[in-house]
Amino acid sequence: MARNIDIELQVSRYSPEQDLEPHLQSYRVPIRDEWVILDALNYVKDKIDGTLTFRWSCRMGICGSCGYMINGEPKLGCATFLKDYAPGPVKIEPLRNFPIVRDLVIEISDFLEKLKKVKPWLIHEGSNGQGEYLQTPDQLEQFRQHSMCINCLLCYAACPISGLDPIFIGPAALALAHRYNKDSRDQGSAERMATLSHPDGIWGCTFVGECTRVCPKHVDPAGAIQQYKLAAAMDGMKSFLMPWGKR
Amino acid sequence: MDSAAARARASADGHSSTAPAYTEFHPRWYRPRISTYWWLGRWPYVKFILRELSSVAVAWTVAFTLFQLWSLSQGEVAYSTFTRRASSPIMIALNVIAFGFLLLHSITWFNLAPKAMAVRVSGKRLPAILISGPQFLAWFAISAIVLWIYMVRT
Repeated sequence: MARNIDIELQVSRYSPEQDLEPHLQSYRVPIRDEWVILDALNYVKDKIDGTLTFRWSCRMGICGSCGYMINGEPKLGCATFLKDYAPGPVKIEPLRNFPIVRDLVIEISDFLEKLKKVKPWLIHEGSNGQGEYLQTPDQLEQFRQHSMCINCLLCYAACPISGLDPIFIGPAALALAHRYNKDSRDQGSAERMATLSHPDGIWGCTFVGECTRVCPKHVDPAGAIQQYKLAAAMDGMKSFLMPWGKR
Repeated sequence: MDSAAARARASADGHSSTAPAYTEFHPRWYRPRISTYWWLGRWPYVKFILRELSSVAVAWTVAFTLFQLWSLSQGEVAYSTFTRRASSPIMIALNVIAFGFLLLHSITWFNLAPKAMAVRVSGKRLPAILISGPQFLAWFAISAIVLWIYMVRT
């Protein structure tokens, strides 16, 4: 259908050695029905301009590397069809709310530090002496949705709080903390509490809800954070009303 | 000091604004600035700011109602002064705007409630409508009762 028709890509370029700030560079690429934005970027890299720099790896929405702002909206390059933007132009920029290293490559070590803070792993003392820890389908359902995160950071680009308040832990890390808290095999919720119930944790979230809308894996970080807020508030209320009760 | 290093130093000190400095080994990250008007131009963000702003209208309405009750407790003269002031065009306009924001506040609050409440019944999560629905129903019922009392009394 759309074969042999060109489309204009406006790609953000930033060379730390040469530029003071990013600028847009235009490329014309063919539209093919089966092409996603990532295919178009690879076409530019292979055939037009080898200096264009961007992250990608799996091409199938698993690795979370190819998140870009596509026409101002955070999306995965591998999951966004080029023909949907015909007749163009398509503006491709690095994810918002992150420092830019080069072209479309963002600096993510701040996120990795935040992720580490919420201890996103199973915390379990001792052993049950039977090897594996069994889990019922119901127990799995409690956290399964929140475990689908691929750390693509689209939610951080969509969250205005992440941009305005750089110490806010942010949607993906908080959702992952909730995922481990809800896991029947985990005993680490008390350890995570200090980070999560901090003003930079769940209470930093003002529930804009955009993180959930842009999430390509339907993790629903906004829901996870609000659910944790509710649980923390109930816990606080319980310990206030029944200080002698079990926490 | 060679010139490249000097330029890099000048740039780091914020003195150079014309030529970008060559920085060996460590790249200069570009940190985009966030505009004060970041929320304009995208409807979900505008909606969010309006929702946050609605708390001012809630505070205004609470203060207004408390003042109304206080005037009532001060006797007939004080209350008639209050009603005279409250019926001025500016106050009516202010309260109409506040009422609009109160509606936005309530509707968005009830719609967001199912997100925060993951209620599971026999392994399945309850659909959102079953959590927000009763809240809307209670809201309408209480409003209808208040309206009915008002109609009967006048």
